[in-house]
Amino acid sequence: MRKIQAIMINTFREAIRDRILYNLLLFALLIIGGSILLGTLTIGEQQKIIKDMGLASISIFGTLIAVFVGIGLVYKEIERKTIYNIIAKPVHRYQFLIGKYLGLILTLLVNVLIMTGVFLSIVYFMDGSVKLKLIEAIFLIFMELMIVTAIALLFSTFTTPTLSAIFTLAIYVIGHLSRDLKVFGAKSELAWVRHLTKFLYYLMPNLENFNIKGMVVHNLTLPANFTLLSSLYGLLYTGILLLVAIAIFQQRDFR
Amino acid sequence: MIIDDEAASLVSLGMIAIKTVGLRKIYKSGLARKVEALKGLDLEIEEGETFGYLGPNGAGKTTTLKLILGLMHPTSGAAYILGKDSRTVGVRNEIGFLPEQPYFYSYLTAYEFLSFYSRLFDISNGSCRQRIDELLALVGLKGKGHLQLRKFSKGMLQRLGIAQALMNDPRVIFFDEPFSGLDPIGRKEIRDIVLKLKERGKTIFFCSHILSDVEMVCDRVGILVNGELKAVGRIDSLLEAKLKSVEIAFSGLGEKAKEKIRPIATRMLDQADKTLAVVPDRKAADQVVRIISEEQGSLISLTPIRETLEDIFLKEVAG
Repeated sequence: MRKIQAIMINTFREAIRDRILYNLLLFALLIIGGSILLGTLTIGEQQKIIKDMGLASISIFGTLIAVFVGIGLVYKEIERKTIYNIIAKPVHRYQFLIGKYLGLILTLLVNVLIMTGVFLSIVYFMDGSVKLKLIEAIFLIFMELMIVTAIALLFSTFTTPTLSAIFTLAIYVIGHLSRDLKVFGAKSELAWVRHLTKFLYYLMPNLENFNIKGMVVHNLTLPANFTLLSSLYGLLYTGILLLVAIAIFQQRDFR
Repeated sequence: MIIDDEAASLVSLGMIAIKTVGLRKIYKSGLARKVEALKGLDLEIEEGETFGYLGPNGAGKTTTLKLILGLMHPTSGAAYILGKDSRTVGVRNEIGFLPEQPYFYSYLTAYEFLSFYSRLFDISNGSCRQRIDELLALVGLKGKGHLQLRKFSKGMLQRLGIAQALMNDPRVIFFDEPFSGLDPIGRKEIRDIVLKLKERGKTIFFCSHILSDVEMVCDRVGILVNGELKAVGRIDSLLEAKLKSVEIAFSGLGEKAKEKIRPIATRMLDQADKTLAVVPDRKAADQVVRIISEEQGSLISLTPIRETLEDIFLKEVAG
Protein backbone atom coordinates (compact mmCIF):
# COMPACT_ATOMS: atom_id res chain seq x y z
CA MET A 1 0.00 0.00 0.00
CA ARG A 2 2.87 2.36 0.82
CA LYS A 3 4.35 1.63 -2.58
CA ILE A 4 1.11 2.52 -4.38
CA GLN A 5 0.91 5.66 -2.27
CA ALA A 6 4.49 6.63 -3.14
CA ILE A 7 3.79 6.28 -6.86
CA MET A 8 0.49 8.13 -6.48
CA ILE A 9 2.13 11.10 -4.77
CA ASN A 10 4.97 11.18 -7.27
CA THR A 11 2.44 11.17 -10.13
CA PHE A 12 0.50 13.98 -8.51
CA ARG A 13 3.70 15.96 -8.04
CA GLU A 14 4.63 15.54 -11.68
CA ALA A 15 1.11 16.42 -12.89
CA ILE A 16 0.87 19.65 -10.93
CA ARG A 17 4.16 20.76 -12.45
CA ASP A 18 2.78 20.25 -15.96
CA ARG A 19 2.02 23.40 -17.95
CA ILE A 20 -0.90 21.88 -19.88
CA LEU A 21 -2.75 21.51 -16.62
CA TYR A 22 -2.53 25.21 -15.78
CA ASN A 23 -3.55 26.27 -19.28
CA LEU A 24 -6.63 24.08 -19.15
CA LEU A 25 -7.50 25.17 -15.65
CA LEU A 26 -7.12 28.85 -16.53
CA PHE A 27 -9.38 28.47 -19.56
CA ALA A 28 -12.00 26.66 -17.52
CA LEU A 29 -12.03 29.37 -14.88
CA LEU A 30 -12.24 32.08 -17.54
CA ILE A 31 -15.27 30.45 -19.13
CA ILE A 32 -16.98 29.85 -15.80
CA GLY A 33 -16.37 33.51 -14.98
CA GLY A 34 -17.40 34.57 -18.48
CA SER A 35 -20.81 32.97 -17.96
CA ILE A 36 -21.73 36.00 -15.84
CA LEU A 37 -21.25 38.26 -18.86
CA LEU A 38 -23.16 35.94 -21.16
CA GLY A 39 -25.91 35.66 -18.59
CA THR A 40 -26.50 39.41 -18.65
CA LEU A 41 -27.46 39.16 -22.31
CA THR A 42 -30.57 37.16 -21.46
CA ILE A 43 -33.60 38.24 -19.50
CA GLY A 44 -34.70 36.10 -16.61
CA GLU A 45 -32.59 33.12 -17.68
CA GLN A 46 -29.32 34.38 -16.24
CA GLN A 47 -29.01 31.77 -13.50
CA LYS A 48 -29.73 28.97 -15.93
CA ILE A 49 -27.03 30.15 -18.32
CA ILE A 50 -24.50 30.41 -15.53
CA LYS A 51 -25.29 26.92 -14.20
CA ASP A 52 -25.36 25.42 -17.66
CA MET A 53 -22.03 26.87 -18.70
CA GLY A 54 -20.40 26.20 -15.34
CA LEU A 55 -21.33 22.53 -15.28
CA ALA A 56 -20.41 22.09 -18.93
CA SER A 57 -17.00 23.71 -18.34
CA ILE A 58 -16.22 21.45 -15.40
CA SER A 59 -17.18 18.43 -17.47
CA ILE A 60 -15.33 19.37 -20.66
CA PHE A 61 -12.15 20.67 -19.07
CA GLY A 62 -12.11 17.82 -16.59
CA THR A 63 -12.23 15.45 -19.54
CA LEU A 64 -9.46 17.29 -21.36
CA ILE A 65 -7.26 17.19 -18.26
CA ALA A 66 -8.01 13.48 -17.79
CA VAL A 67 -7.11 12.71 -21.39
CA PHE A 68 -4.08 14.91 -21.97
CA VAL A 69 -2.40 14.82 -18.61
CA GLY A 70 -3.39 11.18 -18.07
CA ILE A 71 -2.00 9.83 -21.30
CA GLY A 72 1.28 11.72 -21.05
CA LEU A 73 2.11 10.49 -17.60
CA VAL A 74 2.33 6.76 -18.25
CA TYR A 75 3.88 7.23 -21.67
CA LYS A 76 6.54 9.57 -20.33
CA GLU A 77 7.61 7.00 -17.76
CA ILE A 78 8.14 4.46 -20.54
CA GLU A 79 9.66 6.92 -23.02
CA ARG A 80 12.13 8.36 -20.54
CA LYS A 81 12.80 4.90 -19.14
CA THR A 82 12.09 5.96 -15.58
CA ILE A 83 9.79 2.97 -15.43
CA TYR A 84 12.80 0.62 -15.73
CA ASN A 85 13.98 1.74 -12.38
CA ILE A 86 10.59 1.24 -10.77
CA ILE A 87 9.94 -2.22 -12.21
CA ALA A 88 13.46 -3.29 -11.14
CA LYS A 89 12.49 -2.46 -7.55
CA PRO A 90 10.28 -4.75 -5.48
CA VAL A 91 7.14 -3.26 -7.01
CA HIS A 92 4.42 -5.29 -8.72
CA ARG A 93 3.36 -3.95 -12.07
CA TYR A 94 -0.21 -3.62 -10.88
CA GLN A 95 1.03 -1.45 -8.00
CA PHE A 96 2.66 0.87 -10.50
CA LEU A 97 -0.48 1.14 -12.60
CA ILE A 98 -2.86 1.61 -9.68
CA GLY A 99 -0.49 4.21 -8.20
CA LYS A 100 -0.44 6.10 -11.49
CA TYR A 101 -4.22 5.93 -11.74
CA LEU A 102 -4.78 7.19 -8.21
CA GLY A 103 -2.25 9.99 -8.77
CA LEU A 104 -4.25 11.15 -11.78
CA ILE A 105 -7.52 10.91 -9.88
CA LEU A 106 -6.01 13.00 -7.10
CA THR A 107 -4.91 15.60 -9.68
CA LEU A 108 -8.40 15.65 -11.17
CA LEU A 109 -9.99 15.89 -7.76
CA VAL A 110 -7.96 18.98 -6.89
CA ASN A 111 -8.78 20.58 -10.26
CA VAL A 112 -12.48 19.79 -10.06
CA LEU A 113 -12.55 21.20 -6.52
CA ILE A 114 -10.94 24.44 -7.70
CA MET A 115 -13.40 24.78 -10.61
CA THR A 116 -16.30 23.86 -8.32
CA GLY A 117 -15.20 26.42 -5.76
CA VAL A 118 -15.21 29.22 -8.32
CA PHE A 119 -18.46 28.00 -9.92
CA LEU A 120 -20.39 27.67 -6.67
CA SER A 121 -19.15 31.07 -5.46
CA ILE A 122 -20.58 32.67 -8.60
CA VAL A 123 -23.85 30.79 -8.22
CA TYR A 124 -24.08 31.81 -4.56
CA PHE A 125 -23.30 35.40 -5.47
CA MET A 126 -26.07 35.50 -8.11
CA ASP A 127 -28.67 33.25 -6.45
CA GLY A 128 -28.02 33.77 -2.78
CA SER A 129 -28.06 29.99 -2.23
CA VAL A 130 -26.59 26.77 -3.61
CA LYS A 131 -28.78 23.74 -4.19
CA LEU A 132 -27.50 20.30 -3.23
CA LYS A 133 -28.46 19.05 -6.69
CA LEU A 134 -25.64 21.09 -8.22
CA ILE A 135 -23.12 19.27 -6.07
CA GLU A 136 -24.74 15.97 -7.02
CA ALA A 137 -24.30 16.87 -10.70
CA ILE A 138 -20.60 17.68 -10.14
CA PHE A 139 -20.15 14.44 -8.23
CA LEU A 140 -21.48 12.49 -11.21
CA ILE A 141 -19.20 14.46 -13.54
CA PHE A 142 -16.33 13.30 -11.37
CA MET A 143 -17.49 9.68 -11.64
CA GLU A 144 -17.46 10.10 -15.41
CA LEU A 145 -13.93 11.50 -15.24
CA MET A 146 -12.86 8.39 -13.33
CA ILE A 147 -14.02 6.24 -16.25
CA VAL A 148 -12.41 8.52 -18.85
CA THR A 149 -9.11 8.42 -16.92
CA ALA A 150 -9.24 4.63 -16.76
CA ILE A 151 -9.84 4.50 -20.54
CA ALA A 152 -6.87 6.82 -21.14
CA LEU A 153 -4.71 4.69 -18.85
CA LEU A 154 -5.79 1.49 -20.58
CA PHE A 155 -4.81 2.81 -24.01
CA SER A 156 -1.55 4.27 -22.82
CA THR A 157 -0.41 0.82 -21.60
CA PHE A 158 -0.03 -0.35 -25.18
CA THR A 159 -0.13 2.50 -27.66
CA THR A 160 1.31 5.94 -28.37
CA PRO A 161 -0.03 9.13 -26.75
CA THR A 162 -1.53 10.46 -30.00
CA LEU A 163 -3.45 7.27 -30.68
CA SER A 164 -4.46 7.01 -27.02
CA ALA A 165 -5.85 10.53 -27.13
CA ILE A 166 -7.79 9.86 -30.32
CA PHE A 167 -9.19 6.55 -29.04
CA THR A 168 -10.09 7.97 -25.66
CA LEU A 169 -11.85 11.01 -27.10
CA ALA A 170 -13.65 8.75 -29.60
CA ILE A 171 -14.90 6.52 -26.81
CA TYR A 172 -15.92 9.61 -24.86
CA VAL A 173 -18.10 10.72 -27.77
CA ILE A 174 -19.48 7.22 -28.38
CA GLY A 175 -20.15 6.91 -24.65
CA HIS A 176 -22.43 9.92 -24.80
CA LEU A 177 -24.27 8.60 -27.83
CA SER A 178 -24.45 4.94 -26.92
CA ARG A 179 -28.15 5.09 -26.10
CA ASP A 180 -28.75 6.04 -29.75
CA LEU A 181 -26.84 2.93 -30.72
CA LYS A 182 -29.38 0.79 -28.91
CA VAL A 183 -32.33 2.66 -30.36
CA PHE A 184 -30.87 2.47 -33.85
CA GLY A 185 -30.14 -1.25 -33.52
CA ALA A 186 -33.63 -2.06 -32.25
CA LYS A 187 -35.12 -0.56 -35.41
CA SER A 188 -33.08 -2.76 -37.72
CA GLU A 189 -34.67 -5.77 -39.35
CA LEU A 190 -31.41 -7.68 -39.62
CA ALA A 191 -30.75 -9.95 -36.66
CA TRP A 192 -26.96 -9.57 -36.73
CA VAL A 193 -27.20 -5.78 -36.72
CA ARG A 194 -29.46 -5.98 -33.67
CA HIS A 195 -26.99 -8.29 -31.91
CA LEU A 196 -23.98 -6.22 -32.87
CA THR A 197 -25.46 -2.91 -31.73
CA LYS A 198 -26.63 -4.54 -28.50
CA PHE A 199 -23.16 -5.94 -27.90
CA LEU A 200 -21.53 -2.56 -28.58
CA TYR A 201 -24.05 -0.84 -26.35
CA TYR A 202 -23.05 -3.01 -23.41
CA LEU A 203 -19.35 -2.90 -24.25
CA MET A 204 -19.08 0.87 -24.53
CA PRO A 205 -19.47 2.98 -21.41
CA ASN A 206 -22.81 4.71 -21.15
CA LEU A 207 -21.62 8.14 -20.12
CA GLU A 208 -25.10 9.65 -20.26
CA ASN A 209 -25.64 7.86 -16.95
CA PHE A 210 -23.53 10.60 -15.43
CA ASN A 211 -25.17 13.51 -17.17
CA ILE A 212 -27.83 15.19 -15.04
CA LYS A 213 -26.78 18.70 -16.01
CA GLY A 214 -29.95 19.46 -17.97
CA MET A 215 -32.24 18.12 -15.30
CA VAL A 216 -30.48 20.01 -12.54
CA VAL A 217 -30.41 23.30 -14.43
CA HIS A 218 -34.11 23.04 -15.27
CA ASN A 219 -35.04 21.83 -11.80
CA LEU A 220 -36.50 18.52 -12.95
CA THR A 221 -36.82 15.63 -10.53
CA LEU A 222 -34.34 12.83 -10.91
CA PRO A 223 -35.42 9.19 -10.96
CA ALA A 224 -35.05 7.60 -7.53
CA ASN A 225 -31.59 6.15 -6.77
CA PHE A 226 -30.23 7.55 -10.02
CA THR A 227 -27.03 8.89 -8.50
CA LEU A 228 -26.44 5.72 -6.47
CA LEU A 229 -26.96 3.39 -9.42
CA SER A 230 -24.83 5.53 -11.71
CA SER A 231 -22.03 5.59 -9.14
CA LEU A 232 -22.13 1.80 -8.79
CA TYR A 233 -22.04 1.47 -12.56
CA GLY A 234 -19.10 3.89 -12.73
CA LEU A 235 -17.10 2.04 -10.10
CA LEU A 236 -17.75 -1.34 -11.71
CA TYR A 237 -16.85 -0.12 -15.18
CA THR A 238 -13.68 1.57 -13.89
CA GLY A 239 -12.69 -1.59 -12.03
CA ILE A 240 -13.04 -3.70 -15.18
CA LEU A 241 -11.03 -1.19 -17.24
CA LEU A 242 -8.23 -1.21 -14.67
CA LEU A 243 -8.17 -5.03 -14.60
CA VAL A 244 -7.83 -5.14 -18.39
CA ALA A 245 -5.10 -2.48 -18.26
CA ILE A 246 -3.21 -4.50 -15.62
CA ALA A 247 -3.53 -7.71 -17.65
CA ILE A 248 -2.03 -5.98 -20.72
CA PHE A 249 0.66 -4.22 -18.70
CA GLN A 250 1.68 -7.47 -17.01
CA GLN A 251 2.53 -9.04 -20.38
CA ARG A 252 4.36 -6.05 -21.73
CA ASP A 253 8.08 -6.06 -22.56
CA PHE A 254 9.91 -2.80 -21.92
CA ARG A 255 12.29 -2.61 -24.85
CA MET B 1 21.88 -38.01 4.68
CA ILE B 2 19.16 -36.56 2.51
CA ILE B 3 18.92 -33.56 4.78
CA ASP B 4 22.68 -33.06 4.53
CA ASP B 5 22.52 -33.13 0.75
CA GLU B 6 19.74 -30.62 0.77
CA ALA B 7 21.67 -28.36 3.07
CA ALA B 8 24.73 -28.68 0.88
CA SER B 9 22.79 -27.75 -2.23
CA LEU B 10 21.27 -24.79 -0.43
CA VAL B 11 24.71 -23.58 0.52
CA SER B 12 25.96 -23.96 -3.00
CA LEU B 13 22.88 -22.15 -4.29
CA GLY B 14 23.64 -19.34 -1.89
CA MET B 15 27.11 -19.03 -3.35
CA ILE B 16 25.79 -18.31 -6.82
CA ALA B 17 24.55 -14.74 -6.97
CA ILE B 18 23.39 -14.64 -10.57
CA LYS B 19 22.59 -17.59 -12.75
CA THR B 20 20.97 -17.86 -16.14
CA VAL B 21 19.93 -21.13 -17.76
CA GLY B 22 19.37 -21.17 -21.51
CA LEU B 23 18.11 -17.60 -21.40
CA ARG B 24 16.70 -16.76 -24.79
CA LYS B 25 14.86 -13.80 -26.28
CA ILE B 26 13.33 -13.48 -29.70
CA TYR B 27 12.00 -10.11 -30.79
CA LYS B 28 9.23 -9.99 -33.32
CA SER B 29 9.64 -7.11 -35.70
CA GLY B 30 6.78 -6.82 -38.11
CA LEU B 31 4.55 -9.78 -38.84
CA ALA B 32 6.97 -12.45 -39.96
CA ARG B 33 10.45 -11.16 -39.13
CA LYS B 34 12.07 -12.40 -35.98
CA VAL B 35 15.34 -11.39 -34.41
CA GLU B 36 17.03 -13.63 -31.89
CA ALA B 37 18.63 -11.13 -29.54
CA LEU B 38 19.89 -13.64 -27.01
CA LYS B 39 20.71 -17.21 -27.97
CA GLY B 40 20.48 -19.39 -24.90
CA LEU B 41 22.72 -17.73 -22.35
CA ASP B 42 24.23 -19.86 -19.57
CA LEU B 43 26.04 -17.79 -16.99
CA GLU B 44 27.02 -18.21 -13.36
CA ILE B 45 28.36 -15.44 -11.19
CA GLU B 46 29.46 -16.14 -7.65
CA GLU B 47 28.61 -13.99 -4.72
CA GLY B 48 31.22 -11.29 -4.13
CA GLU B 49 32.40 -11.33 -7.71
CA THR B 50 32.72 -8.27 -9.93
CA PHE B 51 31.69 -9.36 -13.39
CA GLY B 52 32.17 -7.31 -16.53
CA TYR B 53 29.66 -8.04 -19.24
CA LEU B 54 31.16 -6.80 -22.48
CA GLY B 55 30.02 -6.63 -26.04
CA PRO B 56 29.56 -4.23 -28.92
CA ASN B 57 26.37 -2.22 -29.26
CA GLY B 58 23.45 -4.46 -30.11
CA ALA B 59 25.10 -7.63 -28.81
CA GLY B 60 22.29 -8.26 -26.34
CA LYS B 61 23.79 -6.89 -23.12
CA THR B 62 20.82 -4.71 -22.24
CA THR B 63 18.44 -7.47 -23.28
CA THR B 64 20.14 -9.80 -20.80
CA LEU B 65 19.86 -7.21 -18.07
CA LYS B 66 16.20 -6.55 -18.78
CA LEU B 67 15.42 -10.26 -18.72
CA ILE B 68 17.19 -10.71 -15.39
CA LEU B 69 15.48 -7.67 -13.88
CA GLY B 70 12.00 -8.66 -15.04
CA LEU B 71 11.54 -5.79 -17.49
CA MET B 72 11.03 -8.33 -20.25
CA HIS B 73 9.77 -11.87 -20.39
CA PRO B 74 12.20 -14.48 -21.78
CA THR B 75 11.13 -16.51 -24.82
CA SER B 76 12.61 -19.51 -23.02
CA GLY B 77 15.03 -20.24 -20.21
CA ALA B 78 15.21 -18.59 -16.81
CA ALA B 79 17.32 -16.37 -14.60
CA TYR B 80 17.99 -16.80 -10.90
CA ILE B 81 19.24 -14.34 -8.33
CA LEU B 82 20.57 -15.76 -5.08
CA GLY B 83 18.85 -19.04 -5.97
CA LYS B 84 15.39 -17.54 -6.56
CA ASP B 85 13.61 -17.02 -9.87
CA SER B 86 14.41 -13.45 -10.87
CA ARG B 87 10.83 -12.80 -11.93
CA THR B 88 9.52 -13.00 -8.37
CA VAL B 89 9.09 -9.48 -7.07
CA GLY B 90 10.52 -10.28 -3.63
CA VAL B 91 13.94 -11.06 -5.10
CA ARG B 92 14.30 -7.41 -6.01
CA ASN B 93 14.73 -6.51 -2.36
CA GLU B 94 18.27 -7.86 -2.77
CA ILE B 95 19.01 -6.05 -6.03
CA GLY B 96 20.37 -2.64 -6.83
CA PHE B 97 20.09 -1.29 -10.37
CA LEU B 98 21.63 1.69 -12.11
CA PRO B 99 19.98 2.12 -15.52
CA GLU B 100 21.84 3.42 -18.52
CA GLN B 101 21.69 7.21 -18.95
CA PRO B 102 19.34 7.60 -16.08
CA TYR B 103 16.68 10.16 -16.68
CA PHE B 104 15.28 10.84 -13.31
CA TYR B 105 12.37 13.03 -12.41
CA SER B 106 14.00 16.42 -12.94
CA TYR B 107 11.36 18.27 -10.93
CA LEU B 108 12.32 16.46 -7.71
CA THR B 109 15.09 17.41 -5.32
CA ALA B 110 17.77 14.82 -4.61
CA TYR B 111 16.20 14.23 -1.22
CA GLU B 112 12.64 13.79 -2.56
CA PHE B 113 14.02 11.54 -5.26
CA LEU B 114 15.77 9.20 -2.85
CA SER B 115 12.87 9.14 -0.43
CA PHE B 116 10.57 8.14 -3.30
CA TYR B 117 12.72 5.06 -3.96
CA SER B 118 13.05 4.30 -0.26
CA ARG B 119 9.26 4.00 -0.11
CA LEU B 120 9.33 1.52 -2.97
CA PHE B 121 11.58 -0.61 -0.75
CA ASP B 122 9.24 -0.21 2.22
CA ILE B 123 11.95 1.46 4.28
CA SER B 124 10.34 3.15 7.29
CA ASN B 125 10.31 6.94 7.40
CA GLY B 126 12.55 7.06 10.45
CA SER B 127 15.45 5.06 9.05
CA CYS B 128 14.98 6.52 5.56
CA ARG B 129 16.25 9.99 6.51
CA GLN B 130 19.41 8.55 8.02
CA ARG B 131 19.93 6.19 5.08
CA ILE B 132 19.61 9.04 2.57
CA ASP B 133 22.23 11.12 4.40
CA GLU B 134 24.58 8.11 4.45
CA LEU B 135 24.11 7.51 0.74
CA LEU B 136 24.60 11.14 -0.24
CA ALA B 137 27.84 11.13 1.72
CA LEU B 138 28.96 7.86 0.11
CA VAL B 139 28.55 9.19 -3.42
CA GLY B 140 29.99 12.59 -2.54
CA LEU B 141 26.77 14.62 -2.76
CA LYS B 142 26.62 15.66 0.87
CA GLY B 143 24.76 18.95 1.25
CA LYS B 144 23.21 18.71 -2.23
CA GLY B 145 20.01 17.05 -0.98
CA HIS B 146 17.85 20.11 -1.48
CA LEU B 147 18.92 20.85 -5.03
CA GLN B 148 16.52 20.04 -7.87
CA LEU B 149 17.80 17.34 -10.23
CA ARG B 150 17.59 19.65 -13.24
CA LYS B 151 20.51 21.55 -11.72
CA PHE B 152 22.71 18.45 -11.50
CA SER B 153 25.59 17.76 -13.87
CA LYS B 154 25.79 14.43 -15.66
CA GLY B 155 28.38 13.08 -13.26
CA MET B 156 26.31 14.14 -10.27
CA LEU B 157 23.22 12.47 -11.73
CA GLN B 158 25.20 9.29 -12.28
CA ARG B 159 26.36 9.35 -8.67
CA LEU B 160 22.83 9.99 -7.48
CA GLY B 161 21.80 7.03 -9.65
CA ILE B 162 24.27 4.91 -7.73
CA ALA B 163 22.86 6.22 -4.45
CA GLN B 164 19.35 5.07 -5.39
CA ALA B 165 20.71 1.70 -6.50
CA LEU B 166 22.19 1.22 -3.02
CA MET B 167 19.11 2.37 -1.12
CA ASN B 168 18.22 -1.14 0.08
CA ASP B 169 21.84 -2.14 0.80
CA PRO B 170 21.59 -4.76 -1.96
CA ARG B 171 23.70 -7.92 -2.21
CA VAL B 172 23.69 -7.90 -6.00
CA ILE B 173 24.16 -4.70 -7.98
CA PHE B 174 23.64 -4.18 -11.71
CA PHE B 175 25.33 -1.27 -13.46
CA ASP B 176 24.34 -0.54 -17.06
CA GLU B 177 27.05 1.51 -18.80
CA PRO B 178 27.97 3.44 -15.66
CA PHE B 179 30.82 5.27 -17.39
CA SER B 180 29.08 6.45 -20.53
CA GLY B 181 29.21 10.17 -21.13
CA LEU B 182 31.47 10.91 -18.18
CA ASP B 183 34.75 12.80 -18.21
CA PRO B 184 37.92 11.19 -16.76
CA ILE B 185 37.27 12.69 -13.33
CA GLY B 186 33.70 11.46 -13.31
CA ARG B 187 34.85 8.01 -14.36
CA LYS B 188 37.41 7.85 -11.60
CA GLU B 189 34.79 8.85 -9.03
CA ILE B 190 32.48 6.06 -10.17
CA ARG B 191 35.36 3.59 -10.20
CA ASP B 192 36.23 4.49 -6.63
CA ILE B 193 32.67 3.93 -5.49
CA VAL B 194 32.63 0.56 -7.25
CA LEU B 195 35.87 -0.46 -5.55
CA LYS B 196 34.38 0.54 -2.19
CA LEU B 197 31.38 -1.69 -2.86
CA LYS B 198 33.67 -4.51 -3.89
CA GLU B 199 35.50 -4.26 -0.59
CA ARG B 200 32.17 -4.69 1.17
CA GLY B 201 31.70 -8.01 -0.63
CA LYS B 202 28.90 -6.99 -2.98
CA THR B 203 28.29 -8.88 -6.19
CA ILE B 204 28.59 -6.44 -9.06
CA PHE B 205 27.40 -7.02 -12.61
CA PHE B 206 28.75 -4.51 -15.06
CA CYS B 207 27.55 -3.84 -18.61
CA SER B 208 30.10 -1.74 -20.38
CA HIS B 209 32.19 -1.15 -23.42
CA ILE B 210 34.73 1.13 -21.81
CA LEU B 211 37.27 -1.64 -21.48
CA SER B 212 40.00 0.15 -19.58
CA ASP B 213 37.62 0.80 -16.71
CA VAL B 214 36.34 -2.76 -16.72
CA GLU B 215 39.91 -4.04 -16.68
CA MET B 216 40.59 -1.98 -13.57
CA VAL B 217 37.63 -3.11 -11.48
CA CYS B 218 36.39 -6.49 -12.67
CA ASP B 219 37.50 -9.96 -11.55
CA ARG B 220 35.94 -11.80 -14.43
CA VAL B 221 34.54 -10.83 -17.80
CA GLY B 222 32.23 -12.32 -20.37
CA ILE B 223 32.22 -11.19 -23.97
CA LEU B 224 28.89 -11.26 -25.75
CA VAL B 225 28.70 -11.05 -29.53
CA ASN B 226 25.45 -11.31 -31.49
CA GLY B 227 23.61 -12.77 -28.55
CA GLU B 228 26.19 -15.48 -27.87
CA LEU B 229 28.74 -15.63 -25.09
CA LYS B 230 32.10 -15.92 -26.88
CA ALA B 231 34.51 -15.92 -23.96
CA VAL B 232 34.28 -16.00 -20.18
CA GLY B 233 37.13 -15.99 -17.75
CA ARG B 234 39.16 -14.23 -15.12
CA ILE B 235 40.74 -11.10 -16.51
CA ASP B 236 44.24 -12.08 -15.36
CA SER B 237 44.07 -15.56 -16.89
CA LEU B 238 42.57 -14.22 -20.10
CA LEU B 239 45.41 -11.74 -20.35
CA GLU B 240 48.19 -13.93 -18.91
CA ALA B 241 47.65 -16.61 -21.51
CA LYS B 242 48.14 -14.15 -24.28
CA LEU B 243 51.65 -12.73 -24.19
CA LYS B 244 52.05 -10.80 -27.41
CA SER B 245 55.80 -10.16 -27.35
CA VAL B 246 58.73 -9.16 -25.15
CA GLU B 247 60.63 -5.92 -25.64
CA ILE B 248 64.31 -5.96 -24.63
CA ALA B 249 66.43 -2.84 -24.47
CA PHE B 250 70.21 -3.15 -24.17
CA SER B 251 73.46 -1.32 -24.88
CA GLY B 252 77.19 -1.93 -25.20
CA LEU B 253 77.10 -4.61 -27.87
CA GLY B 254 79.15 -4.56 -31.06
CA GLU B 255 77.71 -5.22 -34.53
CA LYS B 256 78.91 -8.83 -34.41
CA ALA B 257 77.06 -9.56 -31.22
CA LYS B 258 73.95 -7.86 -32.54
CA GLU B 259 74.04 -10.18 -35.57
CA LYS B 260 73.57 -13.10 -33.16
CA ILE B 261 70.39 -11.57 -31.81
CA ARG B 262 68.92 -10.52 -35.17
CA PRO B 263 67.61 -13.98 -36.23
CA ILE B 264 65.83 -14.50 -32.91
CA ALA B 265 64.12 -11.09 -32.84
CA THR B 266 61.10 -10.20 -34.92
CA ARG B 267 62.30 -6.61 -35.03
CA MET B 268 65.39 -4.66 -34.05
CA LEU B 269 65.71 -0.95 -33.71
CA ASP B 270 68.89 1.05 -33.09
CA GLN B 271 68.33 4.14 -31.01
CA ALA B 272 70.78 6.84 -29.87
CA ASP B 273 72.29 5.08 -26.88
CA LYS B 274 70.53 1.71 -26.90
CA THR B 275 69.09 -0.99 -29.08
CA LEU B 276 65.56 -2.32 -28.89
CA ALA B 277 64.81 -5.95 -29.78
CA VAL B 278 61.30 -7.32 -29.97
CA VAL B 279 61.04 -11.10 -29.55
CA PRO B 280 57.91 -13.25 -29.83
CA ASP B 281 57.97 -15.21 -26.56
CA ARG B 282 59.65 -15.85 -23.21
CA LYS B 283 62.01 -18.53 -24.54
CA ALA B 284 63.42 -16.20 -27.18
CA ALA B 285 63.75 -13.52 -24.53
CA ASP B 286 65.87 -15.85 -22.37
CA GLN B 287 68.14 -16.52 -25.34
CA VAL B 288 68.64 -12.82 -26.05
CA VAL B 289 69.40 -12.08 -22.40
CA ARG B 290 72.01 -14.88 -22.40
CA ILE B 291 73.68 -13.43 -25.50
CA ILE B 292 73.77 -9.96 -23.95
CA SER B 293 75.49 -11.23 -20.82
CA GLU B 294 77.89 -13.48 -22.76
CA GLU B 295 78.92 -10.55 -24.97
CA GLN B 296 79.22 -8.32 -21.90
CA GLY B 297 76.61 -5.86 -22.96
CA SER B 298 74.25 -4.35 -20.45
CA LEU B 299 70.55 -5.09 -20.18
CA ILE B 300 68.50 -1.89 -19.74
CA SER B 301 64.98 -3.25 -19.60
CA LEU B 302 62.79 -6.24 -20.36
CA THR B 303 59.10 -5.59 -20.90
CA PRO B 304 56.55 -8.31 -21.57
CA ILE B 305 53.82 -6.93 -23.87
CA ARG B 306 50.53 -8.55 -23.02
CA GLU B 307 47.35 -8.41 -24.99
CA THR B 308 44.99 -5.87 -23.54
CA LEU B 309 41.39 -6.62 -22.91
CA GLU B 310 40.75 -4.52 -25.95
CA ASP B 311 42.77 -6.86 -28.19
CA ILE B 312 40.89 -9.89 -26.89
CA PHE B 313 37.62 -8.05 -27.26
CA LEU B 314 38.31 -7.02 -30.85
CA LYS B 315 39.40 -10.53 -31.75
CA GLU B 316 36.23 -12.09 -30.31
CA VAL B 317 34.01 -9.55 -32.00
CA ALA B 318 35.70 -10.15 -35.35
CA GLY B 319 35.06 -13.88 -34.82
